[in-house]
Amino acid sequence: MTQDDIFQKVKATLVDALNRDDDEVTASSRLQADLGAESIDFLDIVFRLEREFGIKIPRGELFPESIFQGDPSLVAGGKITEKGLAELRDKMPFADPAELDKFAADPKLDNMGDLFTVNLIVRYLKAKLGA
Amino acid sequence: MRWIWIDRFTHFESKKSATAVKCLSHAEDHFGEHFPGYPVMPAPLILEGLAQTGGILVGEANDFREKVVLAKIPNAKFHREAMPGETLTYTAEMVDLRPEGAVIKGRVTSDGDPIAEAEIFFAHLDQNRSAQMFGDHNFVFSGELKYLLGIAKRVAVPETPA
Repeated sequence: MTQDDIFQKVKATLVDALNRDDDEVTASSRLQADLGAESIDFLDIVFRLEREFGIKIPRGELFPESIFQGDPSLVAGGKITEKGLAELRDKMPFADPAELDKFAADPKLDNMGDLFTVNLIVRYLKAKLGA
Repeated sequence: MRWIWIDRFTHFESKKSATAVKCLSHAEDHFGEHFPGYPVMPAPLILEGLAQTGGILVGEANDFREKVVLAKIPNAKFHREAMPGETLTYTAEMVDLRPEGAVIKGRVTSDGDPIAEAEIFFAHLDQNRSAQMFGDHNFVFSGELKYLLGIAKRVAVPETPA
């Protein structure tokens, strides 16, 4: 499966899950800020990707949750700590390193949603499928 | 307030599918206001009946240990209005069942005539967090629902050995 094949399937999945028009979903779309995803949508998206691609996505693997669970060593003063950033890099080896660096420059928890893009899902699936 | 929008189950196959019926009576309050002189069942109540059919299918799958809540209706289509005197048949089929929640595909018909269809996504409330907020009591599957569950049990298809 080529990267474009994966993208097209991810796009169709997001169009269904988030009720968006086809042309609204691009590789750089952010799930929350651009496509209006809410927390429950993330679970819906994971379920759909599993069905669509015939894979298992363990909880927290695609969208790491540990960082949101109020551990003060990971998040302090509304910002992700050094330890939190290390955890993020560790949990998201599939993320675009440039995007992670960009986020690390101003690691506000509020900005973390910007990491969750269509491209991130495509990269995750590409790694997962060994494509 | 009574909040039961199905009358009885007519078919129940654990973890697979459930069918329930709902007889629409002109005596139901909602017909008085929706709309005066033109009684049609409000679409959200049609969906509620479908969600109750599917929610019980999902709850039974884990022996009602999980607190099953309607999380999202990704899509719903309505084909025509439902009037007093009709009997709606709700069919829910399990599409996905996992520890975090479940998805059902639902269909509503009246005498074979399509009324509505929808996909419904249920979440299992997080065990630890919901115990903190609501205690151990399972408030989802209690009271009047138990009567319906008794009917569901009677029509249940025995599980086929794997």
